[in-house]
Amino acid sequence: MSNPIKETLWDPIAGFGVTFRTMFRKTVTQQYPFEKVPTAPRFHGRHQLNRWPDGLEKCIGCELCAWACPADAIYVEGASNTEGDRHSPGERYGRVYQINYLRCILCGLCIEACPTRALTMTNEYELADNNRADLIYEKSDLLAPLLPGMVEPPHEMMISDDHQDYYRGKSLPIFPIDSSLNADVNPAGAPREPGGAV
Amino acid sequence: MTVDEVSTGSTGTAPVELVTLTIDDVEVSVPKGTLVIRAAELIGTEIPRFCDHPLLDPVGACRQCLVEITDAGNGRGFPKPQASCTIEVAAGMVVKTQVTSPVAEKAQRGNMEFLLINHPLDCPVCDKGGECPLQNQSMTHGQGETRFTEVKRTFPKPIKVSEQVLLDRERCVLCARCTRFSEQIAGDPFIALVERGSQQQVGIYEEEPFNSYFSGNTIQICPVGALTSADYRFRARPFDLVSTPSIAEHDSSGSAIRVDHRRGRVMRRLAGDDPEVNEEWITDKDRFAFTYATVGDRITTPLVRNPETEQLEPASWPAALAAAAKGLAAAEGKVGVLPGGRLTAEDAFAYSKFARTVLRTNDIDFRARAHSEEEAQFLASRIATTSLDVTFADLEKASTVVLVALEPEDENGSIFLRLRKASRSGVKVVAIASHATRGLRKMNGELVQTVPGHEPAALAALELDQDAILLAGERLASVPGGFSALVAAADKAGARIAWVPRRAGERGALEAGCLPDLLPGGRPLDDVEARTDLAAAWGVRTVPARRGRNTTEILEETRLGVVHALVIGGVEITDLPDPAAARRALAKAEFIVSLEVRESEVTEVADVVLPVAPVVEKPGSFVNWEGRVRTFDAVLHEPNSLTDIRILAGLAEELGQPLGFRTVAQARAAMVELGPWDGARIPAPTVEPDTTAAPKRAVVLDTWRLMIDDGRNQDGQLELKATARPAVLRASEATLKAFDVDPGGMATLSTDAGIVSFPTEVAELPDGVVWAPANSGASLRAALGVGYADHVTLSTGSSDGKGAS
Repeated sequence: MSNPIKETLWDPIAGFGVTFRTMFRKTVTQQYPFEKVPTAPRFHGRHQLNRWPDGLEKCIGCELCAWACPADAIYVEGASNTEGDRHSPGERYGRVYQINYLRCILCGLCIEACPTRALTMTNEYELADNNRADLIYEKSDLLAPLLPGMVEPPHEMMISDDHQDYYRGKSLPIFPIDSSLNADVNPAGAPREPGGAV
Repeated sequence: MTVDEVSTGSTGTAPVELVTLTIDDVEVSVPKGTLVIRAAELIGTEIPRFCDHPLLDPVGACRQCLVEITDAGNGRGFPKPQASCTIEVAAGMVVKTQVTSPVAEKAQRGNMEFLLINHPLDCPVCDKGGECPLQNQSMTHGQGETRFTEVKRTFPKPIKVSEQVLLDRERCVLCARCTRFSEQIAGDPFIALVERGSQQQVGIYEEEPFNSYFSGNTIQICPVGALTSADYRFRARPFDLVSTPSIAEHDSSGSAIRVDHRRGRVMRRLAGDDPEVNEEWITDKDRFAFTYATVGDRITTPLVRNPETEQLEPASWPAALAAAAKGLAAAEGKVGVLPGGRLTAEDAFAYSKFARTVLRTNDIDFRARAHSEEEAQFLASRIATTSLDVTFADLEKASTVVLVALEPEDENGSIFLRLRKASRSGVKVVAIASHATRGLRKMNGELVQTVPGHEPAALAALELDQDAILLAGERLASVPGGFSALVAAADKAGARIAWVPRRAGERGALEAGCLPDLLPGGRPLDDVEARTDLAAAWGVRTVPARRGRNTTEILEETRLGVVHALVIGGVEITDLPDPAAARRALAKAEFIVSLEVRESEVTEVADVVLPVAPVVEKPGSFVNWEGRVRTFDAVLHEPNSLTDIRILAGLAEELGQPLGFRTVAQARAAMVELGPWDGARIPAPTVEPDTTAAPKRAVVLDTWRLMIDDGRNQDGQLELKATARPAVLRASEATLKAFDVDPGGMATLSTDAGIVSFPTEVAELPDGVVWAPANSGASLRAALGVGYADHVTLSTGSSDGKGAS
């Protein structure tokens, strides 16, 4: 049931009604990138390779993340920890760790697969670049920053001589490391000043 | 596997007594003595199991295979479920497995729960995850949920059973497969179940690590991830790997193996399942020594020596082939060809045809070791083209197996395992050797104590019947009259002979005609008909008729300038009978073309180096000591990796006389088309034994290469080498005293060429004989220039290690 008069005369003006109404409302423009809005707390952002409180890496190079990845975005090569070249508690560590963010769909299956909780996701979402090569993140790009009390590997196990203690969380401090608390949370007798044992 | 075993038991002419029983309401007839678990397999019911292995004695350790037996054949049933892997079938027996019996099903589920109580849930990071019988069977027969809420028992992990084998004790389900293998198959009972109850575990004697040549098999048969190899642990998982069946290249047994690779690298090798050859076992050398081509000295491009700088420089393939062809053409047929003993049969055939049709010479010899004319004559008369005359299975059926100049445990592990199995069922093993080795004792063998070099007399004195088999090692070539006496002894009794070379390619090279006076297919060079037949098949007018030179003669005449150029395949100078003379010959040669995988002493002095593919990168066939053709395909497909065939074909085309084949398949077709010679063979050798007296103040050297030694094909495997047997010199106390050597102290062997020291060990050798390993710590050939049955001087030793001076 077309109404030619309404269509040709009223409808074009009616459209401006939306424009006019909006002029009196609060704007929704986000000032990104000048103002960044926090994401939802469990937003799937860039990955992070975590560390134990003494700075050793949690990654054991087991490649389960690479196997879980539906986009084949992860490449891992494990290697053995040796006397004098220890990167993680236990036998193995991830010598090469790459995530290709050109492929990654940020689904988080790798996080579920990780047996040591070495791999988690941050809320960082700024994953764009002007070339392809820089979007393949290396282990150095993914490793968590050193918090106070952490020492850059390689170094010996400081929390306990038994790597099982790391996994059981026996001697992990509940709160971020304060070196004065170390004596209480550290029954295995690791040095108080982790920095001194490198 | 099971059906095979059942059928091997019934291959004899005697009718097999069948027993009829009922399993899951299905009536089945099986040979008497079959275990219930196997009988169930025949009707398609797989009873879960861990400890049961067809090649090991039943033990009933894991209790997983419980079944309900409602009638044991005597009208009465067992009151409780029974382990089906230990119960033999009986006529009229009624068995109900988990398929039809809730009792059996519940028993199995309960047992699985027990096994999993202390088993860690680390499947995601366990090497066995994905190929684990426990994982699989807990999925099919387990109950999915655990009722165990306490803390699992743990052990510090892992412990080293040996440098090569690691044990995670908490994963072990105590099936005793590894301990039974070590005791029953390998005869090295260095591991055992120790402790009791929940603390029961596989343990080792503190002093004696698990240094068995066959320890790797325990890793493979472990039904959980308890035993792992230091070499493969945490490197990959089954679902990462691409598996290719292949053939082991380290000895002449032609063992079936499975090569698993990932990202272009071989990660591990497993034993293949070939009941005719190696059953399910391989040696540790076959299992672990696969890194030799990736240790960093691989030749990747052709190299040509620049005449101005005298340096080898990388060149393109066409340029290198042109340079090689130019140098060979300049030698005008005065070329010697040394292909080496590690080639595939097809490659060896290409060498043979290249030498005889392109270079027009018969100077070709695959034997890069001690050799003799007598040996060549023996091989031509008795061994070439006698395919499957003596087989592994025959060893089990023989009355007596005589080992002549052969130590199977070191030189051919598969023969050792088969002979050990045979000796357990009553076959007599007799070794003509200087002393009873550990290997011989494990075979319950009888020693005919013989001074090396005196084998002819020992052979002549043997009392054999026609079911006896004589196994001769390649070392017999060092004994004048040895092969003649071997043939005489066998013919006297009507016994059979087999020749067991050490290297994988020697038998194939023999069949392919890489001997100076033996053309392909066993055609004698001196036979006009054979030459005409071959020329017709090859499409050439004639095949050269002049008698060829053997390895020693080729090198000697090169030194004298008679032979101008050499084409050398995979030959190590220190393997040759006289390394010093060989070096002089190479220095004198006008032109050397080397076809090698890795840098070697030959490539250093060669004028053109052409890189060839290692075994893992090429297809081909090895002919094992039985004469069985063992064909395999390439594992890694590297487009830049060329076979010897392809390179020789390129050289032949460059020289204007094409070979007629370029690929392995074409070479194989050409070999099949040519076929074996059906004409007369040359007569067996009749060489008189050497009776010259030993020099004064000298001892006779008995020596062979230990399985794990300093050979270049074991490079890159530190854990494997750590399981090698210690290098010691063995001699009788009287011998040591006569030469003022302190028993247990150091002793020195010396010749004009150099000296080598070893710690001594007193053993029951004849007086005036010493045994030393040929290439452990120091190569006796390289340092002293001596080998088996040669004379050396013994003196009390310096303790400055075993290094050659």
